[in-house]
Amino acid sequence: MTAFIPDHSGPGMTARLKDATGVAVVSLFLGIPMIALHTVDVGGVLAVATRWPWLIAFAVTMFTGRLVLQFALDHLKINKARRERARPAVRATRPWLKWTGYAVLGFSIVLPIMCSGNRYVVDTATTVMIYVMLGWGLNVVVGLAGLLDLGYVAFYAVGAYTYGLLSTHFGWGFWETLPVAGALAAGFGILLGWPTLRLRGDYLAIVTLGFGEIVRLILVNWTDFSGGPNGIGSIPRPTFFGLPFAPAGDGPTFASFFGIEYAPEHRVIFLYYVILVLALLTNLFIARLRKLPVGIAWEAVREDEVACKALGMNVTNIKLSAFAIGAMLGGFAGVFFAARQGFISPESFVFSESATILAIVVLGGMGSQLGVVVAAILLVLLPELGRDFSEYRMLMFGAAMILIMVWRPGGLIASRAPTVRLHKEAQP
Amino acid sequence: MGQFIQQLINGLTLGAVYGLIALGYTMVYGIIGMINFAHGDIYMVAAIIAVTVLTLLGALGISAVPLAILITLAVVIFFTAIYGWSVERVAYRPLRKASRLAPLISAIGMSIFLQNMVQLTQGARVKPIHAMMPGGFELFTHDGFSVHLAYTQIMIISVTIILLAVFSYLITRTSFGRQQRACEQDQTMTALLGINVDRTISYTFMLGAALAAVAGVMVTVYYGVVDFSIGFVAGIKAFTAAVLGGIGSLPGAMLGGLIIGMIESFWSAYLSPEYKDVATFGILILVLMFRPSGLLGRPEVEKV
Repeated sequence: MTAFIPDHSGPGMTARLKDATGVAVVSLFLGIPMIALHTVDVGGVLAVATRWPWLIAFAVTMFTGRLVLQFALDHLKINKARRERARPAVRATRPWLKWTGYAVLGFSIVLPIMCSGNRYVVDTATTVMIYVMLGWGLNVVVGLAGLLDLGYVAFYAVGAYTYGLLSTHFGWGFWETLPVAGALAAGFGILLGWPTLRLRGDYLAIVTLGFGEIVRLILVNWTDFSGGPNGIGSIPRPTFFGLPFAPAGDGPTFASFFGIEYAPEHRVIFLYYVILVLALLTNLFIARLRKLPVGIAWEAVREDEVACKALGMNVTNIKLSAFAIGAMLGGFAGVFFAARQGFISPESFVFSESATILAIVVLGGMGSQLGVVVAAILLVLLPELGRDFSEYRMLMFGAAMILIMVWRPGGLIASRAPTVRLHKEAQP
Repeated sequence: MGQFIQQLINGLTLGAVYGLIALGYTMVYGIIGMINFAHGDIYMVAAIIAVTVLTLLGALGISAVPLAILITLAVVIFFTAIYGWSVERVAYRPLRKASRLAPLISAIGMSIFLQNMVQLTQGARVKPIHAMMPGGFELFTHDGFSVHLAYTQIMIISVTIILLAVFSYLITRTSFGRQQRACEQDQTMTALLGINVDRTISYTFMLGAALAAVAGVMVTVYYGVVDFSIGFVAGIKAFTAAVLGGIGSLPGAMLGGLIIGMIESFWSAYLSPEYKDVATFGILILVLMFRPSGLLGRPEVEKV
């Protein structure tokens, strides 16, 4: 039996040093053309300047970093192996996830009351909620139906521009526009999905990416319609059931109606609650849908399309419904975005926005609603925290995306529990 | 007529560059079935390195154009291949067994990382270099419109043809090509037959990066300006080209690149330059509607 006792000591010091030296050599080569040499503009002509000390510092950092990381990983591996042996074979479902969800919900409700004096916090929280909503919308498409959509931002743009145009030209309010924009975005989803949904995964990805770019380019170039690169400004803000958030003037305002002193924070907090309610409704909606036949069908198509076809399911319609519902939710988020910013331009709907939303879904753990929340908080706060050293924040953002994926390929909360189960006895 | 021929030449040149980048996409996709989103940024890194090397050569006094371009190509291919290798090692290899979306996200992360890394280390300003190969042939003049064929265009088109021939030979005739195609079909079985799958994949990434490097050097010499953001658009176009031609097929990638180059230059010349990208993506969607696996791609049969 001795042969089966695993050796947890890991490779020795020499092997680790060799490995770290290899990393240092590679980083030297990577650094020579980028760090050591760089071109500077000298009177209109480029000249090469050198930064050798930086290169040395970079290689040394990589060497020590690799060494420390490897030892840390070895240690973790030993611990993990110990835990694996101690753990029972079947993992119980994780009730703490549910309680975490409630805790997050409670926190999000009291947040603006706790921080009512701090406009920045509530504003950032609103941004997080927009991304949560977008993430949940895209989660229907990517997480539940398993369709790779790289142009989700197009539906967001459709929603935002619908509100922007209807409110500035026809004086529509926020709440009237919401269903119209949702329907329009869903229509666009069907328009895109109908011809393309029979494509395989990666072909679909590039087509959706192309669609997103087409929508953006039309918004940039069709100046008469969308205002072109200048976008649409002075979009009316949402009102509290007809009461505007404004200093006392003619007509009742929110402040005068409730007899409180006017404060600009009222609108910020109101907007936060609007998006919170929208997001919660979205969550409830998706949770219900997942229990309906259509939701179950989405997951079935994700797991095995061929089997679904063999069972006589109309795979195209199932995919289309996921696409349309995802698009509709994106449209809602777009309306809110336009109302909150008061100004929209094609700059807000570039590919990197789609990539961020997709990253939220995948980093969170596809199909996990709570995971989307965690990832949205992470991806919005990371650049915010990095504002002090803003030069490096996008660099950190990219690096974090790689590291999180490598560390947890299934996402932060990778429990994709099937909605339908066999009978208890049948479970392993 | 004159303008038509001129746009044809311009389109061919542009298409050749897209085709070279698309070859890298198609090879990587063929072997590990993932979209290497950072490939466009590898191309950008190559172009930036090319600017540095060309400036350095100018400072060293090497002024013979063919020699300078050959040295630049060699140096840029060397460093870019190391970048390609590192990207695979850091961002894709740990995720090879993960779901299909995980490597895609880390690839997008890598693309963001490379772009910002270059912006930080090399500066955000555009980098102009002096024209290396000015001039060209004046083919003919028709109705007062003279058609030019620049030396750089001849260089780009001929280098592309040579590389396509070399790579077709490499993939279809050599033992490396056989190993690579074996990995495409079944990695486990290939490993059982004693082929080092990891190494084959690494080489594929390095070859893809080398092709992007050639494209980067060519574009630097052709346009004379480069900045840190050129990777994204070129990458998207090249990927579109790869999909249009049928992903996984080398001649398909080249064909797709040429078609997209042509659409772009003709659409800009005759219709509207603002909507050239809309036309590109529109045609992509149309082609995929009728040929879901691309122009030269083999239709994939899904087995249960």
